[in-house]
Amino acid sequence: MKAEKKLESVQTPAHIPDEWFTWKERDTEKLEQVSRPSLSYWQDAWRRLVKNKMAMLGLIFLVLLTIMAIIGPMLSPYEVNRQSLPNQFQPPSMEHWFGTDSAGRDVFTRTWYGARISLFVGFIAALIDVTIGIIWGGISGYKGGRTDNVMMRIIEVLYGLPYLLVVILLLVVLGPSLGTIILALTITGWVGMARIVRGQVLQIKNYEFVLASKSFGTKTSRIIRKNLLPNTMGPIIVQMTLTIPSAIFAEAFLSFIGLGIQAPFASWGVMANDSLGAILSGNWWTLFFPAFFISFTMFAFNVLGDGLQDALDPKLRK
Amino acid sequence: MKRMLKYTLKRLFIMVVTLWVIITLTFLLMISIPGSPFNTDQASNETVQANLEAHYNLDQPYYIQYLLYIKSIATFDFGPSIKQPNQTVNDLLSRGFPISFELGIITIALAVVSGILVGIIAALRHNGFLDYVTMGIAVLGISIPNFILATILIQQLAVNLEIFPTATWRSPAHMVLPVLALATGPMAIIARLTRSTMLEVLTQDYIKMAKAKGLSPWKIVFKHALRNALMPVVTIMGTLFAGILTGTFVIEQIFAIPGMGRYFVESINQRDYPVIMGTTVFYSAFLIMMLFIVDIVYGILDPRIKMHQKGGKSG
Repeated sequence: MKAEKKLESVQTPAHIPDEWFTWKERDTEKLEQVSRPSLSYWQDAWRRLVKNKMAMLGLIFLVLLTIMAIIGPMLSPYEVNRQSLPNQFQPPSMEHWFGTDSAGRDVFTRTWYGARISLFVGFIAALIDVTIGIIWGGISGYKGGRTDNVMMRIIEVLYGLPYLLVVILLLVVLGPSLGTIILALTITGWVGMARIVRGQVLQIKNYEFVLASKSFGTKTSRIIRKNLLPNTMGPIIVQMTLTIPSAIFAEAFLSFIGLGIQAPFASWGVMANDSLGAILSGNWWTLFFPAFFISFTMFAFNVLGDGLQDALDPKLRK
Repeated sequence: MKRMLKYTLKRLFIMVVTLWVIITLTFLLMISIPGSPFNTDQASNETVQANLEAHYNLDQPYYIQYLLYIKSIATFDFGPSIKQPNQTVNDLLSRGFPISFELGIITIALAVVSGILVGIIAALRHNGFLDYVTMGIAVLGISIPNFILATILIQQLAVNLEIFPTATWRSPAHMVLPVLALATGPMAIIARLTRSTMLEVLTQDYIKMAKAKGLSPWKIVFKHALRNALMPVVTIMGTLFAGILTGTFVIEQIFAIPGMGRYFVESINQRDYPVIMGTTVFYSAFLIMMLFIVDIVYGILDPRIKMHQKGGKSG
C-alpha cells in the first residue's frame, strides 16, 4: 500500500508508463551479503604492503639476507679467518666467488659472517629499545600527571645527549666487544621509541573502549597489555624498521673509528674499513661487497619502513 | 611574550641539566678507567708518579676532583693531552675546530638549500618522472654510509678522472669532495621530508584560495606553501647537526683534513683520555646549544604559538 502511495507522489514524466514500475520485495539475502572479505587490521595492512613493490623488494632482500646469514658460511669451504698469503687479492672467480682480501681471506664467507654480526647487532639493539621504550612510554603515557612529567623530563634530558658521542665514550671505557656495542647503542637509544609509545598511549587511553575496560575493574597492567599496546603496534613497527638500520650504520661507523667489533668477528663495517685503502690499488671487490650489503640493507629497511608506514596507517585504509 | 619567555626558560633549564649529565658522565667514566693515566711504558719511579698525580689533583678525594673538573670545564680549560707532548686540549680545539666548523657550515648550507629545492621540485612534479628520479636518488643517499660514498668519490673523481684533489683542506677545490660526501645524506633526508610535507600543504584550502586569487605559482610555493612545509625540517635540524658533526670524524680522517674530528679519532685510537673527554664535552655542549637554538627558533616560527599569544592577550 505504502509503495503505491510513494509512486504516486513521485511525478513521473508522461512518456514513461506507470506499468514500467514494479515494487520489489526487499532482498534479505542480498542485504546480508558482504561485498568485500572482512579483513582484520593486520590482514588489510599486509594486503596493502604486498601492493607496494619497493617495500616487497626490501622485504624479500632482507629475508634472503637472513637466510644467507644463517647458511651462507656453510656453503663455502673456507674458514672465516683463515689467512692465506699466497692467495692475496684474488679477483672473484669460481674458487672465491667474491674474491679474497689483503690477507687472502675469502670475501664470500666473510660477507655472510658480517651479515650475521650486523643483523644480530641491529635486531638485538632494536629489540631492547622496543622493550624499554614500551615499558617506559606505556607507564608514562598511561599514568599521566606527575609520573608522566618526571619521566618525560628524564627523556628530554637523555634525548639532548648526542647519541654517537655517548656511544663512543662508553666504548672507550668499556672496550669494544659485541656485548658492549649493543649496550652502548641501547643505553640512550630507547628514548625515541619511548616517546612514540607515550604519544600513542596518550591518544588511545581516552577512547571509549579503554573506559569500558576500566569500568569493569580491569587491572592497569592488563589494560596496557591488552588494550593499549596492540593499538600502538603500527608506529612501533615502523620505528623498529628505522632503528635496525641506524644500529647497523652505527656499528659500521664505530668500526671505522677503531671502536668496532674485534677479531675473530668480522662485521661489514670492519671489512669495509679494512679495504678502504685496497680500492685505490684496484682491488675493488674487497670494498664492493661489504659496502654493497651495508647500503642495500639500509636501503631495504628504508623502503620497507616507508611501505609499512603507509600500510599500517589507519587513515589510509580503504 | 610571557608564554615565549616561559618556553625559553624551560628549554634553558633542560639544556643546563643535559650539560650537567654529560659532564658528570665523562667524569664517572674517567675515574672508572683502570690505572693511573701516568702508567705508561716509560719507566717512571713512584715519587715522580706521586708528584704528577698531586700536580693534577689525582690524589684528592673524588668529590673534590669532581668539583675541580666542573670548575675547569666552566672556565673552558679541558686540560693537557697525555699522548701529545706540550699540547693541551684547548690547543687542539683552537687549531682543529675552525676547520671542522668551516666544513660543517658549508655542508649544512648545501644540504639545506639543495635539499629543500629538490623536495619542492619533487612535490610539484608529484608522481612524475622528476619525482621518481629525485626520490630514488634520495633513498640511495640515505642508504649509502658517508665513508663509503667518500671512498667512491675519491676513487672516481680524484684518482680516475683527476678532477679534484684527493686530500687536505686548502682551496675550494679541496672542499668539493668532502662536502659532497658529508652533505648527501642530510640533503636526502631534507628533500624527502620537504617533499612529503609540501604534498600535504599543497592540498590545503588556503593554497586553493591563493590559486583562485590568481597568484603566480612561484609566489604560492615560496610565500605560502613553503613556510608551513619547512616546520618539520626545522625540527630535525638538531639531529642533522649531530649527524654532520659525527660525520666529520670519518670524513676528516679519509680526506686527511686537519680538523677536530681527525684529532678526536686519533685520540680514540691512542686512548688519549683527556682529549677524548674534553672533546666529547666540547662537542656535546656545542650540540646541546644548537638543539636549544633550534627549539627557540621553532617556538618563534610556529604560527600556533604566536596565535595563542594573540588570543591570550585580546581575550
